[in-house]
Amino acid sequence: MAAPLTLLLLVAVTVRAALYRSSLADLISERVEVVSPLTAWKRVVEGLALLDLGVSPYSGDVFHETPLIIYLFHFLVDYAEITFMLADVITAVALYLSVKDYNKQVFRKQKYALEADRYPLDCLELIRSPKEMQYIPLKVAMFYLLNPFTILSCVAKSTCGLNNAVIALFVLSTIKGNSRTHSSPAEGNSIYPLTLCAAALLYLLQRQYIPVNLRRFSFWWFVAQYAFMYLGSLFVIVGLSFFLLGSWDFLPSVYGFILSVPDLTPNIGLFWYFFAEMFEHFRLFFLCVFQINVFFYTVPLSIKLKEHPVFLIFMQLAVISIFKSYPTVGDIALYMAFLPVWSHLHRFLRNIFLVSCVLLACSALFPVLWHLWIYAGSANSNFYYAITLLFNVAQILLVSDYFYAFLRREHHLSHGLYLKRKDGSEATLVLK
Amino acid sequence: MGLLSDPNRRRALISLLTRLNAPICVVCYMAGVAWFMGLAFEPFTLRTYMSENAMGSTMVEERFPAGERALGTGREFSAHKKKAGGMPVDWLVKTMQSRGLEVFTQRFSRRLPFPDEDKERYMVKGTNVYGILRAPRAPRTEALVLSAPCSPGDDNNQAVGVLLGLAQYFRNQVFWAKDIIFLVNEHDLIGMQAWLEGYHHTNTTGMDWSPLQGRGGSIQAALSLELSSDVVTSLDLVLEGLNGQLPNLDLANLFYAFCQKIGVLCTTQGKLQRNDWDSVSGYSHAVQTMMLMVMKQASGRPWGDHGLFLRYHIEAATIKGINSFRQYKTDATTIGRLLEGMYRKLNNLLERLHQSYFFYLMPSLSHFVSIGYYMPAFGLLALILLLRALDLWIQLATPPTFNLNPPPSQMSSPGVLSVLTPLVISHLTGVALYTLPIHFQEIAVEHFPVSETEAVVLTAIAVYTAGLALPHNTHRGLFVPPFNGWKVLKLVAVLYLAVLLGCTALINFSLGFILALTLVPVAAFVTPDVPKALSAFIMVILSPACTLLFSVFLFQELQEMPVSFLDGWMLYLSVISQGILDHALYGSLVYPLVALLVYPCWLLFWNILFWK
Repeated sequence: MAAPLTLLLLVAVTVRAALYRSSLADLISERVEVVSPLTAWKRVVEGLALLDLGVSPYSGDVFHETPLIIYLFHFLVDYAEITFMLADVITAVALYLSVKDYNKQVFRKQKYALEADRYPLDCLELIRSPKEMQYIPLKVAMFYLLNPFTILSCVAKSTCGLNNAVIALFVLSTIKGNSRTHSSPAEGNSIYPLTLCAAALLYLLQRQYIPVNLRRFSFWWFVAQYAFMYLGSLFVIVGLSFFLLGSWDFLPSVYGFILSVPDLTPNIGLFWYFFAEMFEHFRLFFLCVFQINVFFYTVPLSIKLKEHPVFLIFMQLAVISIFKSYPTVGDIALYMAFLPVWSHLHRFLRNIFLVSCVLLACSALFPVLWHLWIYAGSANSNFYYAITLLFNVAQILLVSDYFYAFLRREHHLSHGLYLKRKDGSEATLVLK
Repeated sequence: MGLLSDPNRRRALISLLTRLNAPICVVCYMAGVAWFMGLAFEPFTLRTYMSENAMGSTMVEERFPAGERALGTGREFSAHKKKAGGMPVDWLVKTMQSRGLEVFTQRFSRRLPFPDEDKERYMVKGTNVYGILRAPRAPRTEALVLSAPCSPGDDNNQAVGVLLGLAQYFRNQVFWAKDIIFLVNEHDLIGMQAWLEGYHHTNTTGMDWSPLQGRGGSIQAALSLELSSDVVTSLDLVLEGLNGQLPNLDLANLFYAFCQKIGVLCTTQGKLQRNDWDSVSGYSHAVQTMMLMVMKQASGRPWGDHGLFLRYHIEAATIKGINSFRQYKTDATTIGRLLEGMYRKLNNLLERLHQSYFFYLMPSLSHFVSIGYYMPAFGLLALILLLRALDLWIQLATPPTFNLNPPPSQMSSPGVLSVLTPLVISHLTGVALYTLPIHFQEIAVEHFPVSETEAVVLTAIAVYTAGLALPHNTHRGLFVPPFNGWKVLKLVAVLYLAVLLGCTALINFSLGFILALTLVPVAAFVTPDVPKALSAFIMVILSPACTLLFSVFLFQELQEMPVSFLDGWMLYLSVISQGILDHALYGSLVYPLVALLVYPCWLLFWNILFWK
C-alpha cells in the first residue's frame, strides 16, 4: 500500500508546485474564501517584519496567529512553500495511518461481535468486508490531498494547513494512543479544537476498557489523569508562547480576536454579515450565542456517540468548521477527508445528491457573486451572504445526514435490518 | 423539512418526479420560453421611475444657447481633422485652452493580435485630448466625464463641436461641484481603454500609453456622445457595456426624464416606444426591442464608448443622434440643453448612483423588467437540468433488477476513469480552440492563400469542427467502459452545465438564457440509444457555433436589415473575429467562456451520443 500512497503524494506535491509557479497563486491568496484574517499569509509576513524590527508582532492589529507559528516561520520563511506542502503531506499521512488503525479496530470489534452472535441474522449485508475496507485509508489521503479546497488553501499559503496538520497529528496520537502521554493536544493554535478532547477522552477510555460509569472510581481517576495531562500540555504551550514572545500580547490578539470577532471581512462563515448588520448594544449577547453554539454540540453528541469516538471526532470537526468565527475552505477539507471512512453508510444517506449539488453550485457561485459585488458593483453583500448561508445549510444537512445514517446503521445492527411493527407490517424509521 | 425527513413522502415525491420526468421537462421548457416572451408584455413590466433623491426633486432650468456656434466649431474641427489626417491635437489643445480648461494629452499605441478588417486597423497609434473643468464649489474629489470619439471620415464632428460648446458654456457657470472632464478619444474603444487605464493606474491588456499628466477626482458618471449630422430626428440611448454589464437604471431614467421635459424623441435599440401595447403589433414591437437588448447584451461587447467605464464601477451610457426621415427635427441647441440638464442633475449627486436597478431588461425606454421578474424564465430552464440529474441519480442508485448486488468497488474505479478521460480530452480541445487561432495565424498565412484575419477565424472553425471527430474515439482501447458509464458521464455533464449556465446567467443574463435555450434540450434528450444520425444533426444545429450563426441572422432581422445567406455568413465570420479581438483588446469574457467551458461541456454530450 505504500506505493500508491507515494504516487498520490507525488501527484499532490506536483500539482501544488505547478500552481505556486503559475500566475494563479496571487489571485488565490487574495480570495476571502481561502484565507481569513486569522490565516492569511500576508499577515504572517507583516508579523515577521514587525518581529524583525524588534516590535511585538501583535502591535498594529494585523497579525493574529499564535507565537509558535511566527517563530516557526522566523526560521522557515524562505522555505514557506515547502513548509505548506509538507504540512499537507503530514496531514494526509497522519490521516492515512489513523484511519488504517481505526479500520483494524472496527474489523476486530465486528469479528468479536460476529463470534458472539450479537448481530441479527438479516444484518449480514451490513457487515463490512476487509476487501471494501482495504482502500479506505488511501481514499482518505486522496480526499484530503486532491480536494480542490485543500489545494487552494495550500497555494494561498493559508496557515489553516498547519492547523489541520496539528489536528491530524492529534487524531493520530489519540488513535495510536497506547500510553497516555501521546494524547498531548498540541493544539493551542485556536480555541475551537479544544472540543475534540471529549472525543479523545472517550476513545482512550474505550481503549483501556474503562466503562463510562459515573459511579466508578476508575472512570473518574482516568478523567482526572487525562484532564491533568491535557491542561498541563496546554499550559506548556501557552507558557512556551509567553517565553518566546516575552509578553502576554498574544492572548487578546489571538484568542480574544477569535472570540470577540472584531474583523468582519466577508468569508464563508455565518458571523460577518450578522454582526455587520447588528446594533452595537446587542453585540455581546449574540456573540455569546454564536460562540456557545460551537461548543454546545459537544455535550449531546458526546452522550449520544460515547461508543463511537472517532465518528464523534468527525462530527466535531464538521461542527467547528461550520460554526467557527473565521472559517475557510481549508477547514472544510479536513472533515471532508473523513467521508470515505463512512462509505458503508451510503445506503442510508438520504440527501447526499441534493447536498452535493448545492455544495458544488455554491463553490462556483462564491467567486461569481464576489465579482458582481466588489468589482462590477451591480450586486451587493446580500447576494454573497445568501450563498454563504446556503453553503452552510448544505454542510449542516450533510453532517446531519451522516449522523442519522450512522445511528440508523447502529439501530439496524441491534434490531435487524427489516423492521416490523407490532402488528407485523413493515416499519420505517423516521427522524423526529 | 417534513418532505426531507419523512421517507414515505420522499418516496412518493421521487417516484412522481421520475415517472413524470419527461413531461415535466417539456412543460418547464415551454413555461420558461413563455415566461420570457411574457416579459415584453407591458402589464407585466414596471414603469421606470427615478430612485435617486438627489436627482429627482428639483428640475433645473437649461439655458444652453450656443448650438449654432457649436456646429461651427464642429465644422472647424472637421477641416482641421482633414488637414491633419487624424486627430488635430494642436488645434484641440488650443481650442480647449481658449475655453478655459486645463488641457492634457495622452499618447497610446497598440498592436492588435491580428488585423481588424471591419475597422481596417492593425498598428494603432493615437492621442487622446482631454480638458478638465475644475469644480469651483467643492473640493475636487469627484468628477463627471463627457466624451466624444474622434472617428475617421466625416463622422462625429458635430459631437466634438457640441462638446466644445458645452465646455465653454459650463466654464461660465458657478454651480459645478464636481470636476467635469471633456474627453476626445481617438480610435474609439482603444483610445478609451488607454485613457481609463491611465486614469486608474491599471494595465490589464498590455497596452502602451503615456501616463496622464492631470487627473480629476473619482469619476461618478460618464456620457459618450455620438452625433453625425447638424439636425437629428431622435436620440438613441445605448446601455450595453463590456460583458453585458449595464449602468444603473437611474441613468436611463435621467435621460428619459429630460427627453420628456425638453420634448426630444428618444429611442432605445433604435425603436420608439408605442402606446398600443394591447395590440399584436404593439406587443411584437416591444418583443423586438427587448430581443435586441438581449442579443446585444449576450454578445458581451461594448456597444458604445461608454462600455469600458462600467468595468471601473462608473455609470455610463452612450447617447447617439439619429437622423432618419422623420418630420420631427431637433437642433444642436436642444441637444446641448439636454446634456446641460443631465450634467446639472448628475452634479447634484451625493453618492454614486446605486439606488436603482443594475439588472434589468428594457422592452421600451419607459418600462423595464427587473432581475426578480426575468430570472424565473432562466430558472425554469435550469430546473430541467436538475430534474434530469435527479432522474439519472436515481437510476444509478437503484441498479437494474437482474444484477442485485453490484460490487461497489469494481463499479467505481473504471467509472471514474471513464468519466475523467472525456472530461480531460474535451477540455483540452477547448484549450486548443482558445489558443490555436491566434498562435497559428502566421503558419496558416504562409501555407494558405488567406489573410491573417481569415486565418484566425478559419482556424477557430477548423478546431471546432475537429473537436467533433475527436472525443468519441477516446475511450476505445483504453478499457471496456462499464455498462452504465454514460449515465455517470451524463450526470456529471448535466450538473456541470447547470452550474456553468447559472454562473453565466448571473453575470450576463442574456448570454446565459440564450445558451440555456439551445443547450438544455440537448442535455435533456441525449442518450446513446436515440437514433444517431438525426440526433447528431439536431445536436450540431443546437451547438454554440450554430447558435451564434442563428443569432447573427436574427439580429439582422430584428434590426430590419435582413441579409442574404452569403452576406450573413461573411457577417458571421467577422463576428467571430470581433469576438476574439474584443477578448484580446478589452478583456471581454465571452470568447474564453465559450471556448474553455461551454464548448467542452457540449462535447461531453456529443461524447454521450456516440458512447459505445
